[in-house]
Amino acid sequence: MVASSDTFSRRDFVKLASASGLLLGLQLPLGRAQASTGFAPNAFVRITPDDLVTVIVKHHEMGQGTATGIATLAAEELDADWSKVRVEYAPANAELYNNTGWGPVQGTGGSSAIKNSWTQMRKAGAAARVMLLQAASAQWGLPVKELSASQGFVSHASGKRASYGQLATLASKQALPKDPPLKDPAQFKLIGKQAPRVDSVAKSSGAAVYTMDVKLPGLLTAVVARPPTFSATLKSVDDKAAREVAGVVDVVRIPEGVAVVAKGMWAALQGRKALVTEWDTTKDKLLSSDALYASYLAATKKPGTPVTHSDETRPALARAHKVIEASYQFPFLAHAPMEPTNCVAWLHDGKLETWAGHQLQTIDHKLAAEAAGLPLDKVELHTLISGGSFGRRANPWADMVVEAVHVAKQVNAPVRVQRTREDDLRMGLYRPMYVHTVKVGLDSHGEISGWQHAIAGQSIQSGGPFSANSVKNGVDRTSVEGVWPMAYDVPNVTVQLHSPELPIRPLWWRSVGHTHTAFVMETLLDELATAAGQDPVAYRLTYLKDKPRHIAVLKLAAEKAGWGTPLPAGKARGVAVHESFSSVVAHVAEVSLKPDGTPRVERLTVAVDCGIAINPDVVRAQMEGGSGFGLSAALYNEISIEAGQVKQSNFHDYRQLRIEDMPSIDVHIVPSQQPPTGVGEPGVPTVAPAVANAMFQLTGQRVRRLPFKLPTPGKKRA
Amino acid sequence: MPTLDVNGKRYEVGADGETPLLWVLRDDLGLTGTKYGCGVAQCGACTVHLDGEPRRACSTPLKAALGKRVTTIEGLASRTAKAVQGAWVKLDVVQCGFCQSGQIMTAVALLEKKPKPTDTDIDHALTGNLCRCATYHRIRAAVHEAARNTGG
Repeated sequence: MVASSDTFSRRDFVKLASASGLLLGLQLPLGRAQASTGFAPNAFVRITPDDLVTVIVKHHEMGQGTATGIATLAAEELDADWSKVRVEYAPANAELYNNTGWGPVQGTGGSSAIKNSWTQMRKAGAAARVMLLQAASAQWGLPVKELSASQGFVSHASGKRASYGQLATLASKQALPKDPPLKDPAQFKLIGKQAPRVDSVAKSSGAAVYTMDVKLPGLLTAVVARPPTFSATLKSVDDKAAREVAGVVDVVRIPEGVAVVAKGMWAALQGRKALVTEWDTTKDKLLSSDALYASYLAATKKPGTPVTHSDETRPALARAHKVIEASYQFPFLAHAPMEPTNCVAWLHDGKLETWAGHQLQTIDHKLAAEAAGLPLDKVELHTLISGGSFGRRANPWADMVVEAVHVAKQVNAPVRVQRTREDDLRMGLYRPMYVHTVKVGLDSHGEISGWQHAIAGQSIQSGGPFSANSVKNGVDRTSVEGVWPMAYDVPNVTVQLHSPELPIRPLWWRSVGHTHTAFVMETLLDELATAAGQDPVAYRLTYLKDKPRHIAVLKLAAEKAGWGTPLPAGKARGVAVHESFSSVVAHVAEVSLKPDGTPRVERLTVAVDCGIAINPDVVRAQMEGGSGFGLSAALYNEISIEAGQVKQSNFHDYRQLRIEDMPSIDVHIVPSQQPPTGVGEPGVPTVAPAVANAMFQLTGQRVRRLPFKLPTPGKKRA
Repeated sequence: MPTLDVNGKRYEVGADGETPLLWVLRDDLGLTGTKYGCGVAQCGACTVHLDGEPRRACSTPLKAALGKRVTTIEGLASRTAKAVQGAWVKLDVVQCGFCQSGQIMTAVALLEKKPKPTDTDIDHALTGNLCRCATYHRIRAAVHEAARNTGG
């Protein structure tokens, strides 16, 4: 290959990619043979003679639509025919497939997939396009500038035309462009338009393969008998009866408990039922939700770790005309993805293979290798789509992967460790419980004069893989995000944090800290507006300084919801606006009361600014789904603990939103040409406070805890 | 050995009669489109048809399915079924997709009985099918879309 002024050799390109972090590597992903004919200009795009364009997706698809979005970015610059675009999930390779926003870590979370792929994937598609044009130029003896690419074909005014598949082999011999030009947004044909999801057909026909569906010769199934409380230890086990169950192959001790390995799930479950285990649970006797609430509440009234401090807060509150003080409670929450967590592991021929919804591939890879006692290059991860995650599969302990390896080490066959719904709900890894106590002072004009805010709850990030960036001076950013930095321009703010440690492992849960901070901020702002005798939208606008995105989103939601227009008797509106993961979302909820005094959410209006919307329909879907997910938490979700034991066990008592609870919903996207930001998480935070604020209009009572439990039966405000 | 009629094919099954149909379908017959989500008939992910009626395979013992026509997502073939799946694709209903086999099986059974359902009919039929991605809004729209396309 000849390097010229505007081209690089492949070797130079790799050097550049590594040095610049551009990562347009040229190797094909590991473990995937390069097509003998065809074209793979980089690690992200492959074009084969059958005209199929395969986009290698480095992120984990768990429903959020990232595979569709990422393929759209590459296909746009490639001028591909969308109907010929396929996706494939990348192997674990932190060098080629890292999340560029995270450093050398491959993984998906924090609504970062599209944001960090925005330039990378467009460049990957653009490079392929340039090389296809060069191939046609070489074949036809015509200058590149006379050729055009569109819909999977290169053509010339003379009528010459060749498909990408026909040009693929020749394209692979062309020089890689150094810096392929990107389109002007005005030329976009896919971005911002509607490209159908890449996974709708497979997921509507039962053909999509999840970890639960992996088939391998001789594959066994294992379920694990687990500690009944969080720090319980195994005293004894009698597996005689379990081993006699038809289909049970083995019973093995692993650090997580006792695994029953069988031919099929039913035999494994019957075997587990037949196990006789005795556990020491004395350590957890005093661990209960009620006791934790009480101790957290007490903590928020004592000095804590400073998050931000103003010497003026205390005097401002002392001389305030009026002080509003309130405490808020938020329960532990399980993610409860529809596919209970699982992993297939197979140790064979000196190597380990795993199949799972690997969401943090780099961490899963490292911990799987450690558990197997193998070097990283002997461990191959197969990342499959997952049946939901909401944070559950991105976890610093790689719990499901490590557990599967522990079993696989003792079984001479591939094995799927499958958690039951009960296992999954009861094993911790929860959105932590939180308590906030806030005092806000108002001066004689009704203006905010001081703000004192204390938060108590476990740190999610401390000791974890991202703690260096997230935990500073004892403050886990994710415990306070949404309160501090504060969106509203308020004087004399002091925020303190208490981060107790518990034997219950904490984990991020869709929208992380914003799950509780947005509720406190946005119901409190509403309360302050009421105290000042002002309209909740107008009041917020007076405190939103230099926040043009918040203002635009709030105004758009209010306008589309008909804010300020009369409603029939028995209905009320509530509003909330919040920024999370660099996107801003506002909800207006229209609510009535059911006969039992609980809310019936009749209509939601959502406005979102997520930068340029790569796929507006996926953005709408994420706002719809995020709203439903947030509503489920507002109305129903609660994990409660007594004597170290989780009281809930399945969907009958860890209740979820059902179809009849789902309101009509309209999503409005703020037009933007700014780079894209996330949509997976930001739809969640504002729905609960919007509903709570509407509830206040109907009942005169403020909601101070989730899920909604009003202190007394609802009564219309005088 | 007893035979089980699944999607028009007869299978010899050696499993004990108490084994839930779900695990016979998934582990013995390799029909993995039917999902496990809760095991206690609380989520609907395992919905199949028994003689055309929606049933939770996780809580249906094999012996109760013998002698009946079992239909799973892989065996959907009727005009109504194709209309439902077409509507699901057209409206991009799915997110994670894990519950959608069950949603579709319930929706097909509804439309076979009630070709033009109201929102309330849809809510009643599908209340037992959970979706943690909360695609409910589009599920409702897709059932209406399918009804239109089957002349309902």
